[in-house]
Amino acid sequence: MITQALFRALDKKAIWIVAILLVVAIAVPMSNLLLPEGNPFRLPNYAVPLFGKYLTFAMLALALDLVWGYCGILSLGHGAFFAIGGYAMGMYLMRQIGTRGVYANPILPDFMVFLNWKELPWYWYGMDNFWIAMLMVVLVPGLLAFVFGFLAFRSRVTGVYLSIITQAMTYALLLAFFRNDMGFGGNNGLTDFKDILGQPISATTTRAALFAASAIALALAVLACSMIVNSKLGKVMVAVRDAESRTRFLGYRVEYVKLFAFVVSAIIAGIAGALYVPQVGIINPSEFDPANSIEVVIWTAVGGRGTIIGPIIGGILVNVGKSYFTGAFPEYWLFALGALFVVTTLFLPKGIVGLIGQYRAATTRREQHDRDAPTPQQVEAGVDPQPKPAE
Amino acid sequence: MTLLRMITTLMVVLGALLATPAHAQIADTELTPLVDALAPGNFKDREAAIGALVATGDPRVVPILQVLLEGELYFDEATGKVVFTSASSGKGTITDPVTAAELPEITEDGLEKVKVNNGLRRVLRTAIGQMTLLSEDPGVRLFAAQSILRDADPAQLELLDSAISAETDSSIRRVMEQARAAIVLKTPDAAIEDWQAAIPVVQAIGGRDALNTLTTALNTAPEDVKPLIQTAIDGLARDRAVWDVAQNIWFGISLGSVLLLAAIGLAITFGVMGVINMAHGEMVMLGAYTTFVVQEIIRQNYPGLFDWSLAIALPLAFLFTGLVGVAIERGIIRFLYGRPLETLLATWGLSLIIQQAVQRIFTANIREVGNPTWMSGSFELGGLAITWNRFYIVIFALMVFVALLLVLKYTAIGLHMRAVTQNRRMASAMGIRTPLVDALTFGLGSGIAGLAGVALSQIGNVSPNLGQGYIIDSFMVVVFGGVGNLWGTLVGALTLGIANKFIEPYAGAVLGKIIILVLIILFIQRRPRGLFALKGRSIEA
Amino acid sequence: MSEAAEKLGTMLYLDGVSVAFDGFKAINNLSIIVHPAEMLAIIGPNGAGKTTMMDIITGKTRPDDGQVLFDGRTDLTKLDEAAIANLGIGRKFQKPTVFESHTVWDNIEMALKKPRGVFAALFYVADDADIARITEILETVRLIARKDDYAANLSHGQKQWLEIGMLLAQDPKLLLVDEPVAGMTDAETVETAKLLKDIARTRSVVVVEHDMSFVRELGSRVTCLAEGAVLAEGSLDQVSANPVVIERYLGR
Repeated sequence: MITQALFRALDKKAIWIVAILLVVAIAVPMSNLLLPEGNPFRLPNYAVPLFGKYLTFAMLALALDLVWGYCGILSLGHGAFFAIGGYAMGMYLMRQIGTRGVYANPILPDFMVFLNWKELPWYWYGMDNFWIAMLMVVLVPGLLAFVFGFLAFRSRVTGVYLSIITQAMTYALLLAFFRNDMGFGGNNGLTDFKDILGQPISATTTRAALFAASAIALALAVLACSMIVNSKLGKVMVAVRDAESRTRFLGYRVEYVKLFAFVVSAIIAGIAGALYVPQVGIINPSEFDPANSIEVVIWTAVGGRGTIIGPIIGGILVNVGKSYFTGAFPEYWLFALGALFVVTTLFLPKGIVGLIGQYRAATTRREQHDRDAPTPQQVEAGVDPQPKPAE
Repeated sequence: MTLLRMITTLMVVLGALLATPAHAQIADTELTPLVDALAPGNFKDREAAIGALVATGDPRVVPILQVLLEGELYFDEATGKVVFTSASSGKGTITDPVTAAELPEITEDGLEKVKVNNGLRRVLRTAIGQMTLLSEDPGVRLFAAQSILRDADPAQLELLDSAISAETDSSIRRVMEQARAAIVLKTPDAAIEDWQAAIPVVQAIGGRDALNTLTTALNTAPEDVKPLIQTAIDGLARDRAVWDVAQNIWFGISLGSVLLLAAIGLAITFGVMGVINMAHGEMVMLGAYTTFVVQEIIRQNYPGLFDWSLAIALPLAFLFTGLVGVAIERGIIRFLYGRPLETLLATWGLSLIIQQAVQRIFTANIREVGNPTWMSGSFELGGLAITWNRFYIVIFALMVFVALLLVLKYTAIGLHMRAVTQNRRMASAMGIRTPLVDALTFGLGSGIAGLAGVALSQIGNVSPNLGQGYIIDSFMVVVFGGVGNLWGTLVGALTLGIANKFIEPYAGAVLGKIIILVLIILFIQRRPRGLFALKGRSIEA
Repeated sequence: MSEAAEKLGTMLYLDGVSVAFDGFKAINNLSIIVHPAEMLAIIGPNGAGKTTMMDIITGKTRPDDGQVLFDGRTDLTKLDEAAIANLGIGRKFQKPTVFESHTVWDNIEMALKKPRGVFAALFYVADDADIARITEILETVRLIARKDDYAANLSHGQKQWLEIGMLLAQDPKLLLVDEPVAGMTDAETVETAKLLKDIARTRSVVVVEHDMSFVRELGSRVTCLAEGAVLAEGSLDQVSANPVVIERYLGR
């Protein structure tokens, strides 16, 4: 039964995306490591972690798409799950520093020594073990999403209200993580990492491996999301998005459907955050900034929500644009980002993927018209027609 | 402290100048040599000179002695003339202490301080006390009594006793008696009966000063009266606790009124149109910058109008942000009708653009907007210290609230807004032009945000991200209070404001905020649509 | 004793139900009984509380007062929509609500009586019996030719039929059908009446309708509501002869 469900997940599109990601996972590190310096196809060293970062952002956008595009939950706090995953990874990396820190304390990270702490807080125990840390990467965002989602969905907080309280959630966490006595390095966050799994963190091989891990993680996330949205549960999720109360009258527990999507999405976001941190070398409370979480929404929207490929395209494209803009015209980036929000919502409600779908639908319709076929061509599979307002 | 003393000095001077009958004055030419006699000689000579000055009974002597007491009296080395400098007269120049005329021929370089020692200070205090406590003017006597009460210098006791026996005004006598009691508590060798009489008098003064006086006295007091003092301290501490609660409530109301101003526009647009305007905070910011610009223009061109700057800025800010709001509604939001989540995103994009645009025009630097004189300073109400700017903002917020209530209740547009809030389709079917209502609602909401900006410019600095600081709190007010009823916003804002200020002392500002956010998330478990939610079929349909 | 016995034999038992919205009494001391395999038609002017009554039965609205029992024993006022739907109460809305971004087939598949749990839905794979059942239902509601079309592209009448098909797929014991023939042609209306009568042979059906000829076609017991309470009960002829009903609803 489970294998059958898995097979169904591998529709043609998902296979293509996964295949491309696997090729990228191999090709990019190889081009960086194997080709000699000066070869036009060689990827420069700085580009590997940069591209890896884009992949983790794409993964975050995909996670948001699962709840927003498919289930109609506009979370303005997904950055929080990403950041928590990142902090869990950061804690592991902090513990790996050991005596190489400024204060050379074998147990306590520098900032704790600086704060005059005598022992490790309980929630730092075990974080020097990679597998426990990875468990936390999955568990903590999942648990937070479960508790928060359970409370919110059970009391039927929907639409704009839900968006606002998710924003409040990440805002509260932002304030909390700024506090020194939380034990997460306060303002400065966690940084100065030395190595991961015994490998120096800034070595080209480590970076190549991290890139490959990001690509593979994204491919797995695509598989998981594809399996979910192609199942009957995925159909119910879309039903919840389009007509929540009707779904209830069919006997589905809408709150559990949402909770499932929310928790899975948070876990994917957490993993993305965990892969992000070693590639950029720092995690600090600004990742909890509500503005960051809203930015993720626009990645998803630009690419095309309610599709698997859309958020990946959007996540990469917008961030490449951001890297370019903040380098070339730093003072205009916020204008561009703001305009992107306005233009996308006004003119591109289905994003780039929707645009392509429309174009293809138009051409096929013309072809069909030539053949005098009466049935109007439907919207491309996977691209949803304009969702009805839920209320 | 210096500021306070300077204000008292000025008050004494003012009281003296205004109220003292002219017959107490002597001719300038007679007084000036007596004043100049303060400069030469040793401390003994100076004491004699002071005695001569007191003997004149001229009220102009008091400020001179006061300045001398503060060690701020100077004389010109070349001429020996005693003068006021900018530090003591507050005029920025060197002036004649008697005639208050400017003395351009004397430069600061040639000035020397008139020296005082402790002995002389005692003499001075007594002299000032004599001249003021026994003055013919009740205002001067009252100020003198109050200043003695504050300093509680045992040297004044004798003088005070004679003043009390001479005093005819009962309220002034009460202050004098309080001052006397405060002095007694500083005199360990005073008679037990005196102590026993003084303790309740000091307790009756109340406030932190009385508490300090009693606490200090507890160490030096004779054993017999210590329990008595302790009881008085406990009583005062209880009063203090009550006042602290009141102070917290006041801070809470003050914060709540700011939240009310910031949230109320948000609440009506959300109620009527079902959309959250993420650029609402930027409307607040634009309102604050409008105030800044108005003040700049006034400062440069019409400095005399400065106290009117807020009155000018208010309508301008309302109109400006209101028009921006209408433009946003017509330009963007109406195309997104029925898609509230997209509206949220589009307005967020707008907020980024507006912030960045303001930053380009005014730079990211913090701008300071001045308080008009009538909004500066503070006053005391019982044990409460209330600053005028906060006080006026509370009043202003309530005025805006009431005005909005009246608009909604008694005007055609208000009726239409309420109708659309309750049932958009039905309102539309009954011939209400919902697009017009939407545009006006958005304009009104934004205009009120502009007003909030004017108010906020009075309690903080103005910067391009001013709005961001208030926006999440305003959302919380809307979520907590519910929509469709302005009272919900009022109750929501005040509750959140007061709750914040009550949690803050125990948990700190940041943790307090976190606790509030968590409480709100828990609160909407019970009431998902806020305190004052609309009910009925149309809401859920 | 007799009261308990009276409840026990019923499919739906409403007694003294009241609900008010901000002081307005939408339902006022309403009592209605539906027996197993019985059809009840409910008529009444706009605002009589017909839809609110359905909201109460299906758990969308909580009554302020009164008793709502299903199958003689289950208290519906304590349950939420999903639980009530899973007990075997299906509802068709006044405005046809189908899932427009799903195909006709998927709409029926989602409604099909199967475990409703999250993981059951995640790992659900349609077996042959399910496929046969869905095909059968689509044939009954005459949408088999359009099974791969998106529901959004159906006509109004077809959406009504699809929703009835979804009701059938749920296999409920009690069907609440709100204005099923609005927007249908006369021929379709006759077909719908036939279908509902067919369903009522094995299940209880409550139909809310304005169309008098359709109600006559159903030939069932009729209850007339007004201002949230029962105005008259009986056969259509009895009810429409009732002077109060004529005064308040039918008009002269």
